[in-house]
Amino acid sequence: MKGAICWGVSICFVLSIESCKTDPNLNPEDPYSFQIPNGWPKARYNFENNPVSQVGFELGKKLFFDKRLSRDNTISCGSCHQPFSAFAQIGHDISHGVEDRLGTRNSPPLFNLNWHPSFFWDGGVNHLEVQPINPIQNPLEMDENFTNIIAKLNLDTDYKSRFSTVYGNDSITTPRILKALAQFMGLLISHQSKYDKYKQGDASFTASEISGYTVFQNNCASCHKEPLFSDFSLRNNGLKPSAVNDSGRAHITLNPADLYKFKVPSLRNLKYTTPYMHDGRFSSLEQVLDHYATGIHSSATLDPLLMNGIQLSSQQRSDLLVFLQTLDDEAFIKDKRFQEK
Amino acid sequence: MLLLLIFAYGCKRKDDPKPNVPTAPSLKLSFKNFVGNDTLSLNNEWYQNANGDSFSVTMYKYYISNIVLTKDDGSQFIDTNGYYLINSTDAASKVIDIKNITAGNYTKIQFLVGVDSLRNVSGAQTGALDPFFGMFWDWNSGYIMAKLEGNSPQSPNLSKQFVYHVGGFTGENNVLKTIQLTLPQKATVVSNSSSIIEIKSDVLEWFKTPTTISINSFPGAMNGGKPAKTISDNYADMFTITSVITSME
Repeated sequence: MKGAICWGVSICFVLSIESCKTDPNLNPEDPYSFQIPNGWPKARYNFENNPVSQVGFELGKKLFFDKRLSRDNTISCGSCHQPFSAFAQIGHDISHGVEDRLGTRNSPPLFNLNWHPSFFWDGGVNHLEVQPINPIQNPLEMDENFTNIIAKLNLDTDYKSRFSTVYGNDSITTPRILKALAQFMGLLISHQSKYDKYKQGDASFTASEISGYTVFQNNCASCHKEPLFSDFSLRNNGLKPSAVNDSGRAHITLNPADLYKFKVPSLRNLKYTTPYMHDGRFSSLEQVLDHYATGIHSSATLDPLLMNGIQLSSQQRSDLLVFLQTLDDEAFIKDKRFQEK
Repeated sequence: MLLLLIFAYGCKRKDDPKPNVPTAPSLKLSFKNFVGNDTLSLNNEWYQNANGDSFSVTMYKYYISNIVLTKDDGSQFIDTNGYYLINSTDAASKVIDIKNITAGNYTKIQFLVGVDSLRNVSGAQTGALDPFFGMFWDWNSGYIMAKLEGNSPQSPNLSKQFVYHVGGFTGENNVLKTIQLTLPQKATVVSNSSSIIEIKSDVLEWFKTPTTISINSFPGAMNGGKPAKTISDNYADMFTITSVITSME
């Protein structure tokens, strides 16, 4: 008899779940669901074991902009990853950590991260959820540890309430902090540039943009692969090592064959993400193209594709720069969901 | 909502323990940390390694996972999703209670020293794998499988410390070690009994066979690669089973 009641009720229970089932990942109307834009490849990270939701995203956003994640409460993730700079830090070759400590690398923009197979300029981190541990614990950046962060957040009733809403109880733990941050960062999807609209048939290119697109396809696309404009490989693009002598990928693999290799950055949102390169050495795209034309520093690990640099006529160069502007996504940097307030 | 409550209540009652029902069998692994023949004593005790260096130990931690127990009929019990961090300063951490162990006469045990590659690439983990425990490399993703830190007058560092953080789960310098041990006597796991397998780990093995380590020339391993591999090759033979005890209730 008891068994019969259990069966009856459990069927009702299952039915009621089915009837109100709205998988947020499958609902195109929900701005807090994860949608793969038309024509894009599969993502590497699909929020498996971390179902994305508005409350999870909002918790992640609060954490992202919270200076309490740094040792002296002066720096947030958002300090070096600003929305109006496509989540890079415009005008800074390298960013300042706590006590104005300086690192050695340019803070990269944050968008379309779910497609990245690795993180950081050297590709040392293998998953979006564990990415924040690095800047949080790095003495030159936020110089904090999770024991302290959890203690600080536990004093904040708003956090207790938010963790409870997202996770079912108000326990604040490292994996929960990391998963919430991943929800915020993972939904930072830049896919509304003029290029995207052109590819969808919703915008047309000028003659110059079309020419520039061809120049791009013939000279840049093998590393800056569409539609994400990076193949996310690690390559030595011929930058002469600076006094810092950043070994790049070799720092991770300890393999001399990986010396001075850095992760290929996306070409989206270049307007908002000056300066360029892993150490922010170039302040304009003109300088970048000059580097590829005449500045390639030869070394044992130089990418074979750049042995002869990239030689463009002045017309090709100006067309290319016009095309690159079609990758700037103003809707992304102004998206209300992504702003601190 | 009311229906749900009834459902939960109605079903839960079935699980209530009844008198005279035998208790489930129990098997525990008890890790005992040694330096040679001496029980490891942290901080103030001085030991000597195979190279003749004297040293003390300030930290000793290692992950145990992927435990497989083999019965005398050849069948196996696999401790699915069991990840354990043995920490020499935390007594509770040194005893692993194997959940849902099935009855049988166990003759062999196998486990991994460290965390399998899948869990190194799967994002934020919980339990013993929580990055909170400081056993996760933040700039070069992956778990530190084992840590040994201490002091030695032979250390070239100003602090006179040596620090071995052993990690790396891919390629030629993969440090993951599968340990296979035969029990000196069968562990008879039945209802109303509890069995304890005592496993000794010997810190001295970190410093020898196949590579004798001089703390002076090898005071640290912090970045994976060959140094970490060398140490893991050394400690791969540090575990022995000292006893199997079964007591009836």
